Amino acid sequence: MVELNILEAVRDALDIELQNDPSVYLMGEDIGPNGGVFRATEGLQEKYGAHRVMDTPLNESGIVGFAIGMALRGAKAVPEIQFVDFIYPAFDQIVSELAKFRYRSGGEFTTNVTIRSPYGGGVRGAHYHSQSPEALFAHTPGLKVVIPSNPYDAKGLLISSIRDNNPVIFLEPKRIYRAFKQEIPEEDYTVPLEKANIVRNGDDITLVSYGSMLQNTLEAAEIASNELSINCEVIDLRTISPYDSQTIISSVKKTGRFISVTESPKTAGFGAELSALIGEKTIDSMEAPIMRVTGYDVPFPFILEHDYLPSADRILSAIDTVWEY
Amino acid sequence: MRKILQLDGSIINEAIEPSIESEELLKWYQSMIQLRLLDQKGIRLQRQGRVGFHIFTTGQEAHIGAAAALNNQDWIFPAYREHGAAIYRDMPLEEIINHLFANDLDINKGRRLPGLFGNKKINFVNPSAPIGTQIIHATGAAYYASQINPEEVNIVFFGDGATSSSDFHSGLNFAGVYKTPTIFICMNNQFAISVPLEKQTASNTIADKAIAYGIKGEQVDGNDILAMYSAVKDAIKHAQNGNGPTLIEAFTYRMGPHTSSDDPSRYRPDEEVEEWKLKDPIERFKKYLIRKDLISEEENSIIYEHYDKKINELIEIADSRPKPKLETMFTDVYDTLPGSLLEQWEEVKFFTEED
Repeated sequence: MVELNILEAVRDALDIELQNDPSVYLMGEDIGPNGGVFRATEGLQEKYGAHRVMDTPLNESGIVGFAIGMALRGAKAVPEIQFVDFIYPAFDQIVSELAKFRYRSGGEFTTNVTIRSPYGGGVRGAHYHSQSPEALFAHTPGLKVVIPSNPYDAKGLLISSIRDNNPVIFLEPKRIYRAFKQEIPEEDYTVPLEKANIVRNGDDITLVSYGSMLQNTLEAAEIASNELSINCEVIDLRTISPYDSQTIISSVKKTGRFISVTESPKTAGFGAELSALIGEKTIDSMEAPIMRVTGYDVPFPFILEHDYLPSADRILSAIDTVWEY
Repeated sequence: MRKILQLDGSIINEAIEPSIESEELLKWYQSMIQLRLLDQKGIRLQRQGRVGFHIFTTGQEAHIGAAAALNNQDWIFPAYREHGAAIYRDMPLEEIINHLFANDLDINKGRRLPGLFGNKKINFVNPSAPIGTQIIHATGAAYYASQINPEEVNIVFFGDGATSSSDFHSGLNFAGVYKTPTIFICMNNQFAISVPLEKQTASNTIADKAIAYGIKGEQVDGNDILAMYSAVKDAIKHAQNGNGPTLIEAFTYRMGPHTSSDDPSRYRPDEEVEEWKLKDPIERFKKYLIRKDLISEEENSIIYEHYDKKINELIEIADSRPKPKLETMFTDVYDTLPGSLLEQWEEVKFFTEED
């Protein structure tokens, strides 16, 4: 076992995959001698060579397009987009090309690309270093969208994503990159994609979250338990698309109350999808309105970001609402 | 501009005439004819309402020379008028025609507009429809190919309009930086649908753009199949010597409309089209073959009749086939069907069985 934070767990997963599989290549801006602006790739170019850990021209659509080409020819390409806020120039390559190659070719051409990118707010990053665009990608058939919330999952999910034959958007919760350490196995292991994780058992309310918001959600659940004697079940979704609806449905059938917690804007965010799922599948079990705690429908703010992000207080307020209904 | 064949089929300078087996030259010619016939029949099928769409290729058949310069292991990233490269690589006509009808035997499972096919067996990649996206793919594929097989090169076709796209910049810039064995072929047919080249770029030539990327660039007569072949052969040598990519501007002309939905009389004069008819790549090559005594007018007619009959037969067979199965709406989104898609498939089955 080894004690690692999320960032170190990501690096460990990349190291293991580069070691295991000569077809794995990394590419991105500043990922070489600089080791990435967050240091996720520190030491990897030195270990595996500049031909496999490639500093690229500053061009996100080029990075993704280049990775797609490599993958078509048989590589497992793992591009890094420095901040997910910079991914939009690559949107056409991701949506029109990466997501559709298998389908449009009748299954003949495939693109094993895992795009890694730090996402999320709370780092004093303002509009362009804070966004959570997972819903945009979850709305694109052909992509998988994966978001870990802890070091164990970060390593196991990233290894699974790289080995998966489908394109994966792997969003890393940068606010908690170094927030805490966890004992995890030193050797290689996988955590299955498309499988949610029940991280706290409870019978009263189902809370679903992922990524860095999971911490706030767990904090609220603890307070609700200690101070209000409300027992929340907390589900870490882990894969946003295609997602594990069964785990959510089973939980809500038990609790009859549902709150999702996501940090992206509210309208048409992923919480809306989860609300619709509950509305379609478990309405007969519901004891209270289906709630979303989200960011607001504004560009990501700067100095007011802590008022924007779902805090434990805001989650507790939602818990109170559905409990007292 | 590189040019080998004169309009009368003679050679400009024997020193630059590529030396190619007779049988191979005839294969090029037969590929050109098949493509020309498919173009004529394809638009007729569209006008008859038997297929939904048609992309014209007439006038651009000399791209077959570029494909002929490659080895079969080398990948081709087409735009959408390079079906001749697939024919040259022996993709059976029935596969192409099944694709046009999007029937149950279409290798792309009836998911693409007629003409936008790919075929893994011949390393002919499925094109997109957003313009230029394949250019950077070719650069990435060439990079990985160079890591695992030093002999390999690849080729990517795109039009003059695509040179304005961001992916053109990405493709050539990355290729220049990593010196990838990529051959970029701009089929400059002078119009992006209706927009003429001077509205696309202020560069004197498209080949000039290579200079800014630090790579080799060359203008080639895109209606001269021998020039296309020899330019690509030189580009392959250049790449295999470790010098990286080449940008080839193939100067040509789209004789037909952009697609079956286009009316070129809105943007170009008929006289211009008439002028380019004299430069027809097939006529020019035929005259060369006649001069070399490889073919006679009579044999030429026999070739046309043979493929005309064959294509007509294949059209009738393809048209009688059923649509792809309903499940093909859901397969290949992912390698396996996630639960959500299984559920949606059940739903559509229910409504289809009702009918």
